[in-house]
Amino acid sequence: MANKIKVRICVGTSCFVMGSAQIQSLEFNAPDDIADKIEIVEERCMNLCKDIEHKYNRGPFVFVNDELIEQASYEKVVAKIREEIKKECNNE
Amino acid sequence: MLIPKNNANLMRTKILIKIAESYLNDKFANADRIPLDLRPKETVPSRCCVYKDRAVLKYRCMAGLGHCPEEETDELTTLREYGEEALKRTEAPKNKLSVIDIACSACVKSQYVVTEVCRGCFAQPCRLNCPKEAISIVKGRAHIDPDKCVNCGKCFEVCPYHSIVKIPVPCEEACPVGAITKDESGREHIDVEKCISCGKCLASCPFGAIVERSQMIDVLRQIKETDKKVVAMLAPAVLGQFPGSINSLVGALKKVGFDEVIEVAVGADITTQKEAAEFIERMEEGKPFMTTSCCPAYFRAAQVHIPEIRPFVSDTKTPMYYTAELVKQECPECVSVFVGPCLAKRAEAEYDPHVDYVLTFEELGAILVASGINVDECPEEPFSKISHAQGRQFPVTGGVAGAVASLVGDKFDIRPEKIDGLTKENIRLLKRYATKGGENNMLEVMCCEGGCVSGPGCIALSKKAAKAVDAYVQTGKQLTPDSKIGE
Repeated sequence: MANKIKVRICVGTSCFVMGSAQIQSLEFNAPDDIADKIEIVEERCMNLCKDIEHKYNRGPFVFVNDELIEQASYEKVVAKIREEIKKECNNE
Repeated sequence: MLIPKNNANLMRTKILIKIAESYLNDKFANADRIPLDLRPKETVPSRCCVYKDRAVLKYRCMAGLGHCPEEETDELTTLREYGEEALKRTEAPKNKLSVIDIACSACVKSQYVVTEVCRGCFAQPCRLNCPKEAISIVKGRAHIDPDKCVNCGKCFEVCPYHSIVKIPVPCEEACPVGAITKDESGREHIDVEKCISCGKCLASCPFGAIVERSQMIDVLRQIKETDKKVVAMLAPAVLGQFPGSINSLVGALKKVGFDEVIEVAVGADITTQKEAAEFIERMEEGKPFMTTSCCPAYFRAAQVHIPEIRPFVSDTKTPMYYTAELVKQECPECVSVFVGPCLAKRAEAEYDPHVDYVLTFEELGAILVASGINVDECPEEPFSKISHAQGRQFPVTGGVAGAVASLVGDKFDIRPEKIDGLTKENIRLLKRYATKGGENNMLEVMCCEGGCVSGPGCIALSKKAAKAVDAYVQTGKQLTPDSKIGE
């Protein structure tokens, strides 16, 4: 696989407190099948939580390549990464 | 200790955010909506139904408002009323860990069970090694008689097929001092006489059934509804808890309404100086060893559970004590708020005349989220006093002993040992030191494995936090025995 999958984790205060801090465990103990295929980036607040109606409730926000995951959790992010890996394998 | 990927602790954060928001919006006028907001009808329930989920949430909200669920007198009391009651308090609610009885799933009594992996072998080591003759062979498979079993685990150890498993009770397993036990109904209860307020049970319960009284609303009320000067004292474990620079965090706290922000690392510098001097004095008197005293959970455990170690515990006060003393010397009428990773600090604060309130990082995080403040975007502001490298390294295991050792230098042969985590085994180790001595003469005891960066009130992963602490230590000036503190 040519490019690593970019995992951008929002570490703005609201996302961090709402759980992105825990998603960072991907840096230390990601499952073997994805560990060497991802690049993790700490992203500053992307203003996605500023939506007046939902506010922080939709966070934490994580991008896996260009796809946005709302109310992200470790599980959701890992599932999305696997999906992306599959996609790229099919394209090759 | 904070287990990553855990729904129970994530829900606790959400509850605190909702409560802070409810106060800031309308002083709890709509607080009774919180359980509904957190568990709308269309969600998949985590217990039998959403209504039970909401009932549990109401009790968890009570704790978030500083009430103890065990003290409920009328089930119809609303969260709005509990909120209004919380605002009438003039003193911090007493620290107390308690179990929400309807949330406790009454895990089966810790026990050993034979699984279907059992081959009913000829050797039958389980049966022969059982000291209570509790095992018999039924239908070609070993069977444990629960009335005879004493949970010694011998069968578990000797089975060649690993067919015997242990079913633990997570909170009982986590509690290092046996303070949490079952009642007749199988539900857990905490014995306040034995409890050391470490919070390990709270962090370990898979059902989120253990809560402690929050002081968050009390602090918010002091900030928003009184003219008093409110001072935040940030524990050195704060590094890495809120992405953005540490000085932006000072700016963020000012935005919340704190009048002044001081680092507890300054008090840790004082602790380092005094503890190094005390160590040399004790060694010259011929004492075999000394233990640190800055971890309040360990300090309490020593008083209640390890009386033989008491004479060896340092008399030096904690970083929180010296920091609060500085704060109150400068402004006796101010309100001092310790912000840290620790639940046991709430118990310590009750005996410290200079500390008015204790918040966890999680509670501070909830206040920031509810106030819509992003730390990273706040203006950088300086701390009112500057700390040294030694004080900054306290929150990571080995840090306190390292700081003290650096000041003892070559004045005495100091041999530090890290007691990393107050587990049942380490309590036995401490008892052994107290009665028979050991090879080292400086024992650093931290209740949380990894140090305060793994405390139950933390937000960040302990590994990330430890890195941030280390980077901050590197930027600090070196402390000497005569350094002036707090300038």
